[in-house]
Amino acid sequence: MSGNGVAEAIRAENIVKRFGSIVALNGVSIKVHRGEMLGILGDNGAGKSTLIKCMTGFHQPDSGRIFVDGTEVVLDSVDRARSFGIECVYQDLALVNTLSVYHNMFLNRELRKPPFGLLDHAEMRRRTADALNDIGVGVPSVEEEVARLSGGQRQAIAVARAVYSNARILLLDEPLAAMGARESGLIIDLIERLRTRGDIAMIMIAHNYAQTLDVCDRVVLVQHGEITFEGRSAETSVEQLLEIVRREYRAARRGL
Amino acid sequence: MDTTPRGAGGAKAASSAPPRRWGAGHAFRGFLIQREASVILVAVLLIIYFGFANPNFITNNNIVTLSQFVAAPAIIACGEIMLLICKEIDLSAGQTFALAPFLVFFGARFGLPIVVAILVALAICAAIGLLIGLVTVLLEVPSFVTTLGTFFLITGITLTISRGFPATPPGGKFLAGILGAFSYSEIIWALVIVFLMHMLLRHTRWGLHTIAVGGNDIAAAEAGIKVNRIKVGNFMLTAALAGFTGILEAYRVGSSDPLAGGANIMFFGVASGVIGGTALTGGAGTIVGGLIGAIVLGVLQDGFTLQGINAFLFDGIIGAAILIAMVVNIRLGRLQQSHLR
Repeated sequence: MSGNGVAEAIRAENIVKRFGSIVALNGVSIKVHRGEMLGILGDNGAGKSTLIKCMTGFHQPDSGRIFVDGTEVVLDSVDRARSFGIECVYQDLALVNTLSVYHNMFLNRELRKPPFGLLDHAEMRRRTADALNDIGVGVPSVEEEVARLSGGQRQAIAVARAVYSNARILLLDEPLAAMGARESGLIIDLIERLRTRGDIAMIMIAHNYAQTLDVCDRVVLVQHGEITFEGRSAETSVEQLLEIVRREYRAARRGL
Repeated sequence: MDTTPRGAGGAKAASSAPPRRWGAGHAFRGFLIQREASVILVAVLLIIYFGFANPNFITNNNIVTLSQFVAAPAIIACGEIMLLICKEIDLSAGQTFALAPFLVFFGARFGLPIVVAILVALAICAAIGLLIGLVTVLLEVPSFVTTLGTFFLITGITLTISRGFPATPPGGKFLAGILGAFSYSEIIWALVIVFLMHMLLRHTRWGLHTIAVGGNDIAAAEAGIKVNRIKVGNFMLTAALAGFTGILEAYRVGSSDPLAGGANIMFFGVASGVIGGTALTGGAGTIVGGLIGAIVLGVLQDGFTLQGINAFLFDGIIGAAILIAMVVNIRLGRLQQSHLR
């Protein structure tokens, strides 16, 4: 239980993940509560994406424990993680460009109709339109190929898909990367609406310190597979974070 | 359409369908935005050309001949299209095509009822597809290379078990009729298979996942789709369809030749798919387009045969015609992308 009395949604303890001789995560611990947004900051290769992928069942940690709603779980596949309500919107946009919006919304969760179990396209179209209306995502048509949409629209659909599939723990991998101000605004609004619902715990990884402090309740800084800073956004400044990173650069240069 | 927008203020509401305006010309536009439209136009133009150029083109006899040109590539195309969509190819489909009738022949000689012998032959073909698929996805050999290997391997097997001699397909007249000896049986099989494969691609999870795997394999994997299973399954499907086509052809001709099919029939299958609008880059394709592609190729072959073109020049002219048909098809496709959306 957290200080503000909201239930803890997910907690990762001492996660270690190696790829051959490279230690991507070296004992990382984080936790997030319902209705809370945690930001994970760090340089390229710091281990942010690996951490997220350990929580979605895409990677299996070499050691460490993961708890969902206070109960320890083993996330040995994406499907297993999903069964616990963990959904991720990936950096590389987990959408298939050559498929329509509604096929993407229902990817690997397709609705079928009796008697032959064929795809129920009409129902998927209807529910997609409803779901997108619900959280205020606008697209020209749910039958549009995703390739024809803007980056912001694609990202919004990926988020909508996660939420629609009853995600209770939503992981966002660089949701604002390579996006203009207007497109970012679209996503930030969407995230804000989801946070006010209060039932979803969100973790977002990002590069942009100012933006992350703005959007998130708490932030952690990951460097070389370890957490080097943790704090509430309201009590953290960009300068403070930059100072930690600068210190590391200096140490690295001295090391040379 | 069937939903009332009720989104939060400011956000543009999603609708379940694009606004449709009907009126003069819109039906034609509706037709043109279909993926298969440009190749249908090519097919119709060719049929009109040969129809005028030769009075024998549109006669019952010639339609039977034409249907026999079309059927085999159309069925092979069904498999190859599934593979092309998930970014793979089976270059040895023509070899499986040649092997299958011998498997039926030996199965029947072994004492199996013919229908069982056919099912066993198809299962062996599917097993070849399984082998190709497993080598491709587990050992990470590009399927272009894997199937270049099986291309020669299967020919070797066929030549060895047949000792290089043709065989007569076993069974009575009735069965032979159903399988290929009756004038229209092969094209009927082809149409049934095209229909079933179209349903598989457009209306089942398997089809949708095949497109997803070819369109973005990382996204597909992240959504929990078993990428390797989809690919291996499509290799099995392609090999089984190729084997079945070989069996149909053997019954139609009344003999199976160990060197039948080969690269020729495989490339006709792949070309049918590509002419029909299947992208070599993966993630997109249509089975119906493949059928129409096979019709285009069949009309070209049959039409030029009727014209009595010099036998030495024949392949050259077919090749040039395929190139022109493809260029026209791609240009029409571009036009369609830029003006009609």
